[in-house]
Amino acid sequence: MGLLSDPYRRRALSRLILRLNTPLCILSYLAGLGWFLGLASPPFTLRSYMSENAMGSTMVEEQFVFGERALSYAREFAGHKKKVGGIPVAWLEKTMWNLGLEVYKQPFSRTLPFPDEMRERYMVKGTNVYGILRAPRAASTESLVLSVPCSTGQPNSQAVGLMLALASCFRGQIYWAKDIIFLVNEHDLIGMEAWLEAYHDVNVTEVLSSGMQGRAGAIQAAVSLELSSDVITSFDVAVEGLNGQLPNLDLVNLFYAFCQKNGLLCTIQGKLQRTDWDTLPAYVHSLQTLLLMVLKQGSGRPQGDHGLFLRYHIEAITVRGINSFRQYKYDMGTVGKTLEGIFRKLNNLLERLHQSYFFFLLPSLARFVSIGVYMPACGFLILILVLKALDLWMKLSKCDAGPEEQLCDGDRGAGHAAAEESRPGLLTLVPPLLICHATGLTLYFLPVLGQHVATQHFPVSESEAVVLTVIAIYVAGLALPHNTHRVLTGCGSERGWMSLKLLSLLYLAMLLGCIALINFSLGFLLAITMVPVAAIVQPRGPKYLYAVLLVLVTPAVTLLLSIVLYQELIEYPISALECWQLFLQAVSEGLLDHYLYGSIVFPFIALFVYPCWLLLWNVLFWK
Amino acid sequence: MAGAVAAVLGLLLLLGSAGGSTGPPRDSLREELLLSPLPSGDLAATFQFRARWDSELHREGVSHYRLFPKALGQLISKFLVRELHLSLTQGFWRTRTWGQPYLQAPAGAELWVWFQDSVTDVDKAWKELSNILSGIFCASLNFIDSTNTVTPTASFKPLGLANVTDHHLLRYAVLPREVVCTENLTPWKKLLPCGSKAGLAVLLKAERLFHTSYHSQAVHIRPICRDASCQSVSWELRQTLTVVFDTFSIGQGKRDWSLFKMFSRTVTEACPLASESKIYVDISSKTQENELLEVTPLPLSMHEASVQGDRRTYAVYDLLSPSLFNVSRSLNVQLKWKRPQDSLDLSTPVLHAQRYVSGYGLQTGEISTLIYNTHPYRAFPVILLETVPWYLRLYVHTLVITTKGKENKPSYIHYQPAQDRRRPHLLEMLIQLPANSVTKITIQFERALLKWTEYTPDPNHGFYVSPSVLSALVPSVIAMKAEDAEQSPLFTSLFPSSDGSSYFVRLYTEPLLVNLPTPDFSMPYNVICLTCTVVAVCYGSFYNLLTRTFHVEEPSRGGLAKRLANIIRKVRGVPPL
Repeated sequence: MGLLSDPYRRRALSRLILRLNTPLCILSYLAGLGWFLGLASPPFTLRSYMSENAMGSTMVEEQFVFGERALSYAREFAGHKKKVGGIPVAWLEKTMWNLGLEVYKQPFSRTLPFPDEMRERYMVKGTNVYGILRAPRAASTESLVLSVPCSTGQPNSQAVGLMLALASCFRGQIYWAKDIIFLVNEHDLIGMEAWLEAYHDVNVTEVLSSGMQGRAGAIQAAVSLELSSDVITSFDVAVEGLNGQLPNLDLVNLFYAFCQKNGLLCTIQGKLQRTDWDTLPAYVHSLQTLLLMVLKQGSGRPQGDHGLFLRYHIEAITVRGINSFRQYKYDMGTVGKTLEGIFRKLNNLLERLHQSYFFFLLPSLARFVSIGVYMPACGFLILILVLKALDLWMKLSKCDAGPEEQLCDGDRGAGHAAAEESRPGLLTLVPPLLICHATGLTLYFLPVLGQHVATQHFPVSESEAVVLTVIAIYVAGLALPHNTHRVLTGCGSERGWMSLKLLSLLYLAMLLGCIALINFSLGFLLAITMVPVAAIVQPRGPKYLYAVLLVLVTPAVTLLLSIVLYQELIEYPISALECWQLFLQAVSEGLLDHYLYGSIVFPFIALFVYPCWLLLWNVLFWK
Repeated sequence: MAGAVAAVLGLLLLLGSAGGSTGPPRDSLREELLLSPLPSGDLAATFQFRARWDSELHREGVSHYRLFPKALGQLISKFLVRELHLSLTQGFWRTRTWGQPYLQAPAGAELWVWFQDSVTDVDKAWKELSNILSGIFCASLNFIDSTNTVTPTASFKPLGLANVTDHHLLRYAVLPREVVCTENLTPWKKLLPCGSKAGLAVLLKAERLFHTSYHSQAVHIRPICRDASCQSVSWELRQTLTVVFDTFSIGQGKRDWSLFKMFSRTVTEACPLASESKIYVDISSKTQENELLEVTPLPLSMHEASVQGDRRTYAVYDLLSPSLFNVSRSLNVQLKWKRPQDSLDLSTPVLHAQRYVSGYGLQTGEISTLIYNTHPYRAFPVILLETVPWYLRLYVHTLVITTKGKENKPSYIHYQPAQDRRRPHLLEMLIQLPANSVTKITIQFERALLKWTEYTPDPNHGFYVSPSVLSALVPSVIAMKAEDAEQSPLFTSLFPSSDGSSYFVRLYTEPLLVNLPTPDFSMPYNVICLTCTVVAVCYGSFYNLLTRTFHVEEPSRGGLAKRLANIIRKVRGVPPL
């Protein structure tokens, strides 16, 4: 800091920044990228370990032997489900009651803002059924949740069967200290959101649901189970929740520990972990896993029913049974034992899971990257914006002070002499800012509000109308008047674009910094694409090259590229047309996620990132 | 000489007999066990041991104790206690599925005491009393302090003989966190005249009692009328214990039970000191299908009573009647269901309640209480008592009471705001519950930041909010006969009903577990280091940078005159210019 108080050294420092700006920026970008790529390799990843004492060294002895019963429940459930054509509420209630649970149901309804064509739903009506196992000699202050989605399209009856068998196994035990809620939720995430909102008596989204009769205190942890075959070859765990929130790492560790104990194969992002760690193929493998996690987390979508619990500070994971072509299969008994073990360990918890990390990336189930290690990757990228902004700031102050032949040392630049000149300069920044944000607001509000008008005038369905309106507004933003300053001041001055660029760089740095704290993946994906182009864009030089580059890094194109990358990573390459369709689908899903569950990705892009990008576009066409 | 000795002996005998008729006060013990199947199929067993002592405890000089435990008697005379009610409960009575409780108690420990009006410093007496009780019952009652003690104005009336209703003599506290275990049961059993050696107390085997869904033990001391004329006072000590057996998990789905199956003991004799020793089995059923269940051995007598707005039939086994142990040496009451029960819709009790915390995040929240009145046509008022610790800052202006979508104005509100670290919020309201309705009471709160030493060792577990108390005179569906309180089993005599058409119910809701914003205690060192570094290094320099302007100062040595002046000054010994 003494460095800055000393005028000589400060002058030297600013000269250094000015002269070495471009190499520093390039170096910083490479460092950021390199750091990120390095995250998958040993020095950055740590072997994961259980931090919670209550779940530590002692292992429970599982007694689940109801594998066959689970299958018979599953068959019975599937039969009733087929007969009713939806969730068999009466059968579930009766079965749960016979198992000795307190049974409740919760009807809900939700009208979507526009029809969801992928899942074919618009006006959703459903019923959640749940049974509460009351812990003996406990006052219902704490509870655990085992949830199973039940939708018409998805086969999940084995999960329901296993849940009922687990309930009957748990019911006879005396050691429960927390109530256990066995929940069957209809219409997957919508039902889950409705149930959670009713349980916590809040109304975040516009779900209509009747009041809830049965409650069991503060939910400590939740496991969502998806299982659609009688035997499984492996277990997959999904951790990414709404807005990229993650459960406590200890819950993931717990799942991993019990898979290990029962000899179950377990995967994350559908990828098994390799035993070798120091070879190149192993590195590529874990990098792929890491990238998949970053892409999923960056999307802000809940990757399973557990994702909605996280808002209520309830640690939750989704466990999926996978039945692939592997030879060795596990029966319901082993699966049940694993879940029993997880629940008994959770039952032992004295406090909420809080000991381990809440922010992490997983290159494999056994290893993790903590927030302190991965944050610098984003930090290096944002540093570029700051360096560029400093550069611009100093240039601006220099040309203020320049005519008067003064010593140009930053603060003085904005001093008295230049005040008259800088005032109109700042004023010219207001119209582009306003216009860009107005476009953002339109992008946020118009598609859903105007869907009916659009369907009247064009031969499209509502959801197509919404998506196409989004794209239309997005593209139209490029053609807006970007030369208001000429009307105001006559001509586009050098000062004008520099201060606009300075402003948009700082704005972008702030946006990326904030979102990286909430959702690192989203922040990183945006930073790695937008930052370099934002740094170099200017209304001089090869303008059209800049324009092409700028279009290439717009969030929409990033989304498109992410889809391609994702499909490559899951080894399911797609053609350009399919990709476009997936893109359209992703846009509509993004909107639905926002309206149905309160995801912040769409409003963040529409209200902040897109306007900021438009500002850069303004800079490009300043003259 | 011999004659003289005989005369003295005769005199002594005479004195002795005279003293026996008037001197030592009469005391009696009655023990009762009530076994009642609950609507959900579980089984509640309620023990009550009633010791009655025709003595004036507050008068000096009582030193000979027989049936009444000395520890409690001395306590009462020392602290001038008018009434004392202590309950230790593990678990929660689920009113919705189990029906109206016979003896109500909140989860954890509850203590409420009425003092005599001659007590000058009630708070001091309360503090000392709770500490002594803590020692007697091995419970953490010493954690009762001003932050969890309240003085309710309307909810708790004296249950015994009292003409004082000055509520400043009342203290009430609940410790929802208290865990009850054998260490609390043993001292409780030791207060019984027969201990657990004989009588019904034989059944109190800790291993079985804590293998239940609910366990509640209580001590109630109150003054009562000695006789009908009520000229003098007797003291009554009730020791009650309620357990609920989960017949589902014991019987693998079958809901039959027997004494042996539940307590792994049978009854062989009455307590020799008891003047009355009875086992009641509730065999009433709603649909006149008495043949549904079968009790063995056949009861010697039946007793009909109206309890809590319901007509009940009890099979009575009098342990003191010699014919009972004629057939076999031990009594093992059994109950068999002839048909399995499978009804999904349980009859819900007239009054029940639910309480929960709504909202998410660690800044604000809302306490919601739902009170159900399922009476088909009668409205009745209920007194709600809420005690909320100070670290949940209640916003009273957000108090909303709605019934059937309309605002329900309470006819009486007593609110005492909390003082940080000194006393809790106390909110008492009298609310009218319309027939067949749900009343929702919500009040918002803000979570306070505690000082770092005030957090419990397990701060992430959350902080407990004690249950709210509902007291109501519930109108009875059937007409109740005024009965002889001494004859009807148990509890009917603890809360006397005011008239035949209603009965008193006190309900406790669930305790709440609320998370407060909690710092990460695992890294105070890091935090301290970081904060100090930021303050020491960055703050000062940035402040300098922002508030000062820097100039490059040209070194100038000053003119000849100044140098001369400085030399002169140096000689004079004054600081230079």
